[in-house]
Amino acid sequence: MKYELQPTLPPPPNTIGVVGWARKHLFNGPFNSIATILLAWLAVTLLIPVIDWVFISANWSGTTRDACTGEGACWVFIGQRIDQFLYGFYPREETWRLDLSFVLLLALILWLAIPKLPAKGWAAVLTLIVYPIVAFYLLTGGAFGLVAVDTHEWGGLSLTLVLAVVGMVASLPLGILLALGRQSDMPIVKSLSVIYIEIWRGVPLITVLFMASVMLPLFFPEGMNFDKLLRALIGITLFQSAYMAEVIRGGLQAIPKGQYEAADALGLGYWQKMILIILPQALKMMIPGIVNTFIALFKDTSLVLIIGLFDLLAIVQAATNDPRWIGYATEGYVFVAFVFWLFCFSMSRYSQHLEKRLQTGHGNRA
Amino acid sequence: MTDAVTRSDEQLMVELRNMNKWYGEFHVLKNINLQVKRGERIVICGPSGSGKSTMIRCINRLEEHQSGDIIVNGIPLTQDVKKIEAIRKDVGMVFQHFNLFPHLTVLENCVLAPIWVKKIPRKEAEATAMKYLERVKIPEQAKKYPGQLSGGQQQRVAIARSLCMNPDVMLFDEPTSALDPEMIKEVLDVMIELAQEGMTMLCVTHEMGFAKTVADRVIFMDGGQIIEENNPHEFFNNPQHERTQLFLSQILNH
Repeated sequence: MKYELQPTLPPPPNTIGVVGWARKHLFNGPFNSIATILLAWLAVTLLIPVIDWVFISANWSGTTRDACTGEGACWVFIGQRIDQFLYGFYPREETWRLDLSFVLLLALILWLAIPKLPAKGWAAVLTLIVYPIVAFYLLTGGAFGLVAVDTHEWGGLSLTLVLAVVGMVASLPLGILLALGRQSDMPIVKSLSVIYIEIWRGVPLITVLFMASVMLPLFFPEGMNFDKLLRALIGITLFQSAYMAEVIRGGLQAIPKGQYEAADALGLGYWQKMILIILPQALKMMIPGIVNTFIALFKDTSLVLIIGLFDLLAIVQAATNDPRWIGYATEGYVFVAFVFWLFCFSMSRYSQHLEKRLQTGHGNRA
Repeated sequence: MTDAVTRSDEQLMVELRNMNKWYGEFHVLKNINLQVKRGERIVICGPSGSGKSTMIRCINRLEEHQSGDIIVNGIPLTQDVKKIEAIRKDVGMVFQHFNLFPHLTVLENCVLAPIWVKKIPRKEAEATAMKYLERVKIPEQAKKYPGQLSGGQQQRVAIARSLCMNPDVMLFDEPTSALDPEMIKEVLDVMIELAQEGMTMLCVTHEMGFAKTVADRVIFMDGGQIIEENNPHEFFNNPQHERTQLFLSQILNH
């Protein structure tokens, strides 16, 4: 008797390719088939008018509302006001300073984010220490031959970005300190951190901004008045750092006790242990939570409109009240939503990418 | 007189005097007295919950004792952070679950403490690390992350990481208990080699073969107390205490 291996048969034709995929995922039972057809019908009926409104019947060129002849959106409104939406009331001849600041920031972020580029240490120093000083003088002026621009004149997307970037950069380290404080063995540090976190988490951001802009000046002596934007920035930072602290605390608690013990046993001091061993692991684990907080912060910046700062949303809203453009509010809000979405979606994608890249193995213990 | 005292103190690597420890109401360690001379190899065994791990974890202050004295390498262990850090520099520890740092490569795991605690230049620290990785027979894994290694390899890295600090005494807290049987030998071989080179060692372990091969003294603990201590030959062939006899019959005759 002799046995021979049969040649491998090809898979049945209806399990491979597009047809196979559709059978498996879309039509693998009567309920799924009905759901697929229903959802496809809904998607088509809803999407077609939207696409038609945004692209096909929309007006793209012109200078006044007379150009808005189509049935769809009139993007002429956005096009005419785009300068204001981006730069607020910043003097037109000085807007290169805003552009330069954001191009510099973008370049630094890319330097930090692209793994192949060398000298990350220098990039970090430039970003965290040199850049803030340069950006501060570029934006406010009043030195090095730059015209001073009062923060009242700031607005639009650039103001939104200033609020968001400063809020993020300042709230992360503050949040880390608070989270460490809350885990501390020292009772006073611990209680202060707990009180701080619980107070700021317990009040709405609107209240904080109101307090910062209306009530705070009442406590200052007559004549002393510091910048409204600065007050809003401090309010946002203090508020978000409390949330950040709780996110990071979650990460700290997820680190196995053995990691702390191994660091202790090797003789590392408290800060060495935290900075070299615990925080890198905790922050990596908490990337989704940290980015989630960043995204919330980015969107929350639009609340500054209630204290009279003209961020992107506020300035678009103001423009829709212009008598020459009455009736084009929808376009304005769609534009604002799109810009916010673009930034938040980018952050979300980058965080997903970062999570994958920092995956160094499968952990090392049971 | 004073000379004699200092000389005998110099001989002592670790000394525990009337040490007591409580977890809340629970008295974990009761009046522990132990003297470990330089170069001595001690194996500590006993049923689980007998306090053997807690005892060696007190020596480098991973656990705090409440009364009595602990003196390591001439330094008395107190609340003083400076003293604690000084002792930890001299005492290496190997854990049951390895506790390697998963975000760092094997080499980085080994050089971290020498660079940051002992302020040794990176080049020199890396050379030392490679020397010890060779001694535990895994220099080729230096660039890998701990998660990519087997349990036995990870534990050998952990031993190398401790050795890089050039410790005067090594504590082993059940180093083979979390390993698959076929990996136990590779770790024990490294430990035996280390013992033969004269390292002062305190090992909490259930590997009685290891105890017979290298130990100068075997200590049996139960209920937070040291019940019996003797040289391995006497300990295994002629146990004095009833509880020791019971324990030995349970772990040897099956």
